[in-house]
Amino acid sequence: MARYDRAITVFSPDGHLFQVEYALEAVRKGNAAVGVRGTDIVVLGVEKKSAAKLQDSRSVRKIVNLDDHIALACAGLKADARVLINRARIECQSHRLTVEDPVTVEYITRYIAGLQQKYTQSGGVRPFGLSTLIVGFDPYSGVPSLYQTDPSGTFSAWKANATGRNSNSIREFLEKNYKETSGQETVKLAIRALLEVVESGGKNIEVAVMTKEGLRQLDEAEIDAIAAEIEAEKEATEAAKKAPPKEK
Amino acid sequence: MKLDTTGLESSAPVWGSPSELVDGFSAAPFFELPVTTDFDGFQKEAIQMVKPAKGTTTLAFIFKEGVMVAADSRASMGGYISSQSVKKIIEINPYMLGTMAGGAADCQFWHRNLGIKCRLHELANKRRISVTGASKLLANILYSYRGMGLSVGTMIAGWDETGPGLYYVDSEGGRLKGMRFSVGSGSPYAYGVLDNGYRYDMSVEEAAELARRAIYHATFRDGASGGVASVYYVGPNGWKKLSGDDVGELHYKYYPVMLSTVEQEMVEVAGA
Repeated sequence: MARYDRAITVFSPDGHLFQVEYALEAVRKGNAAVGVRGTDIVVLGVEKKSAAKLQDSRSVRKIVNLDDHIALACAGLKADARVLINRARIECQSHRLTVEDPVTVEYITRYIAGLQQKYTQSGGVRPFGLSTLIVGFDPYSGVPSLYQTDPSGTFSAWKANATGRNSNSIREFLEKNYKETSGQETVKLAIRALLEVVESGGKNIEVAVMTKEGLRQLDEAEIDAIAAEIEAEKEATEAAKKAPPKEK
Repeated sequence: MKLDTTGLESSAPVWGSPSELVDGFSAAPFFELPVTTDFDGFQKEAIQMVKPAKGTTTLAFIFKEGVMVAADSRASMGGYISSQSVKKIIEINPYMLGTMAGGAADCQFWHRNLGIKCRLHELANKRRISVTGASKLLANILYSYRGMGLSVGTMIAGWDETGPGLYYVDSEGGRLKGMRFSVGSGSPYAYGVLDNGYRYDMSVEEAAELARRAIYHATFRDGASGGVASVYYVGPNGWKKLSGDDVGELHYKYYPVMLSTVEQEMVEVAGA
């Protein structure tokens, strides 16, 4: 139908889907989000724009639950995120109803990515303008996972990844500094990565931790404490670097 | 009547129009109602036509070593025995069995369909489907055909990550989890023997013998059950057929002919 020809995702002569690439641009303008997987824990951190004075910060939760054992953070258009998150939540419950089992992280990631892909191949709609980081523990096996999806509908598993603003620098940092960690070490690594591009302080980042028991949002005081620890460690290593040459 | 074919479709239908993108759930099954003046009467007649007689005996129970599944092999049409060699234990996949009671075609078709869905689940999710999940898939399909004359009384038995599993699923849409079930016209007789002899910690041989006996006793008293008593065992490595004995021979094995002592011998009268 001619009326649906407007603003659909079509191929360019050199094989690009411009709408999808523009959607990726929108993601690049969104808040930085980072995810790090440990052996028994997965950590999500998101950059928080300084809250307006009159805004109730509790209503602007950036890291959300999809189910008891799965959480999601995203970068890009927040309104699109709300729609996608609602559909994913329904799918999590629908799966529980039809097979009496909670979803695996891979299953729900595949579902969300499939949804994002559908909107790149349908008439009269535009792609979702967000990339998601999905973390969780598989039921029964208890294996932690971190997945990323993007507006084109591709998804893959990661040990650590970042998306949104300055994601390249965060990813570079993670590639240099990633190692298999557990517990608090993983949390520190995630916050260190995020602090590469965000001003330090508990009010500028939101961090949540997913363990076998469930999702826990860290409050400002905790984040401030960890950030202070990181600062102290940084200063210690700098001091150690400066000290030996002097002694010679 | 247009039937609900969601059970036959692949689980990822191709979406075309934008309105369907809005739905969270896949479309609920819909069907056209038949054109009659008396719909309720029509429904009743349809059900009477395929009256679920379920002339058979099947049973299954969970014990320490796994699941034991057994069934007879007689098919009857009223008083006529149409076959003595029907396979009533259906192999859904190498680690799951289903039993047949009710309409043979319905059971065979939907078990085969369930096997397809289980395999698709494995391929999509890289792990086997649980017995819970498989029985729920079948129960949901049967529920969507509720009232349309399907006749299925089946047990899904299998071994999955959580151990042995046994579910009873029927065409009324019911689904029950349990340790011991028997389905069919011979089930009261089978239950008598099964419930009497059951212990959780039996060996595989003891459990097989119990299952065999229960089927035999049901075939002895119930006219619609007979033929061959098949016994299958489902363990951690999948199912295995243990035995298939003709119930006629089992009768003489359990109750061999005793030569009784003769009190008075007949003697030939000499002369006449």
